[in-house]
Amino acid sequence: MIHISTLIIGAGQAGLAMSHALAARGEPHVLLERGEIAQSWRTERWDSLRLLTPNWQSRLPGHAYSGPAPDGFMTMPEVVAFLSDYAARMDAPVETNTRVTSVTRDGAGYRVATDRGLWTCRNLVLASGACNRANIPAFAGAIPAHIHQMSPLGYRTPGQLPEGGVLVVGASASGVQIAAELAAAGRDVVLAAGHHVRMPRHYRGRDIQWWMDRSGLLDTTTAEIDDLARARAVPSLQLVGDAGARFLDLNALQAAGVEVAGRLASVRDGAALFSGGLGNAAALSDLKMTRALAGFDAWAEAQGLTGLPEPERFAPTALPARPRLSLDLNGGRIATIVWATGFRPDFDWLHLPVFDRKGRIAHRDGVVAPGLAVLGLPFLRRRKSSLIDGVGADAVALADHLVTTSRRVAA
Amino acid sequence: MNIQTQTAIKADNGVNTEALIGARGAFAEAPMAAQFTFKSQCSWIEGTYNANRIGSYFGLGQEHERSRTFMIESDHPKVFAAADRAPTPPEIVLAALASCLTGGVAAVAQHRNIQLNSVEAFVEGDVDVQGILGMDPEIRNGFSAIRVRFEIDADASRDEIEALVAQSQKRSAVFDILTNPTQVDVALS
Repeated sequence: MIHISTLIIGAGQAGLAMSHALAARGEPHVLLERGEIAQSWRTERWDSLRLLTPNWQSRLPGHAYSGPAPDGFMTMPEVVAFLSDYAARMDAPVETNTRVTSVTRDGAGYRVATDRGLWTCRNLVLASGACNRANIPAFAGAIPAHIHQMSPLGYRTPGQLPEGGVLVVGASASGVQIAAELAAAGRDVVLAAGHHVRMPRHYRGRDIQWWMDRSGLLDTTTAEIDDLARARAVPSLQLVGDAGARFLDLNALQAAGVEVAGRLASVRDGAALFSGGLGNAAALSDLKMTRALAGFDAWAEAQGLTGLPEPERFAPTALPARPRLSLDLNGGRIATIVWATGFRPDFDWLHLPVFDRKGRIAHRDGVVAPGLAVLGLPFLRRRKSSLIDGVGADAVALADHLVTTSRRVAA
Repeated sequence: MNIQTQTAIKADNGVNTEALIGARGAFAEAPMAAQFTFKSQCSWIEGTYNANRIGSYFGLGQEHERSRTFMIESDHPKVFAAADRAPTPPEIVLAALASCLTGGVAAVAQHRNIQLNSVEAFVEGDVDVQGILGMDPEIRNGFSAIRVRFEIDADASRDEIEALVAQSQKRSAVFDILTNPTQVDVALS
């Protein structure tokens, strides 16, 4: 058994940012990593994926993108290299290939069992990611056995799928990107779209992330939000890391040959049943986009920004007059279902009473319990908390909290 | 459309949103109390003429009596060889949808401090009656399409009123019932 003052579980951007912050405060710590640095980025992402945020936005405490293409979007190998460079520069104390199997309370601290030995610590930081598991609805069990099912965590490239059509469930960033890629590869694609967030990649000559960053939208804190549970559940924007693709919305997908249906509501008698409420989901999305753009315009005007192209408004989402309400899964059209229905963290090994009635980890601004913090979850402390650009400030604040609290207790 | 800016004035659409927000808080603390069961009892009178009585519901952990027992009668028009004493069941469904969305518009407007002056909902549902007459198994019994058109006069912009209509659908029970499949079990006692 080894004792260390602070343990960090996970060596991605969150764990590394925390390591940087703890080192700056002279706090002894170790990172436990189930695989290699940036493991999720290495092994749980599809081949063509690029970050949704431009390179200039890859900013961590003591480390930022400094290459020749600030407006580009990193490939996954580039993200892995970016984070590996960060770990090397700060000489982060990472124990790789060390999988945590159990966390329990141990006196005033925590006892962390791994497949390579036992640790104890006073402070524990959960930095193992927000997207370890795919959310797949229970009715997936009623899908005929001959249909191949997968989530974006297992999807790599169109050629990996069996011959035949694909039902992509979910119209957030993962779903629209995978649907577009499959359609471009010649697949027959049906996309089931529930509530989604339409947004242009660039607006008035600036990337949408520029608007969200500069206007302060991404800095919004939990204290400024009325309904935090709702804010934390907002789906990702319909974006792709490609400046040439202005929209990857339902209009663009239909133009690429994708058939759009409503939210996949159930599977009954071998048929997928879709909601008849697609029109309203699209209307809400159009209204939300227009409100966001109007907010950016108002901010630009109040700031007196000059030299920007004129404000633009975009035509509403066009939908078929009668989107399909059912699809026979035994009819031969569909061979694969891709569940792009969101993700959740995996805390199966966290044996502590820290979960709410829906099984989500309960925390206040990242503080779970005395000496226990979590990082990298959606809207943890700010709207940008789950971005590479947002986790650094959260890590600094939580490092301050952990270090001052434990030193006060020790004294 | 009446477009004004009245941020200082409190809208009054007769909806107590403070109480509804309070209920949200209470249900978050005690989710079991949020489990409601609504009920209706239907008695056959004659032919296709029958009457529903709605007088109680279960919620907040117990049975509740309504202020009185409400009646909803149903019948069929003369073209179906009935006496046309009351609306057809599908018409009652259309009415339920319009009522649900209209109530939702009022509640959302109140929450957003938008004064409503008038709200009219016109609802239509298309049915090919070859379905219910069992003439063609490829034609469904129910509506093939439902359309709702709102005419709303409110102290708000067109975009704000469109957002009221969209949000009322997002939070509507009957819109959800009609647009998503529901498990229905019918048994004989």
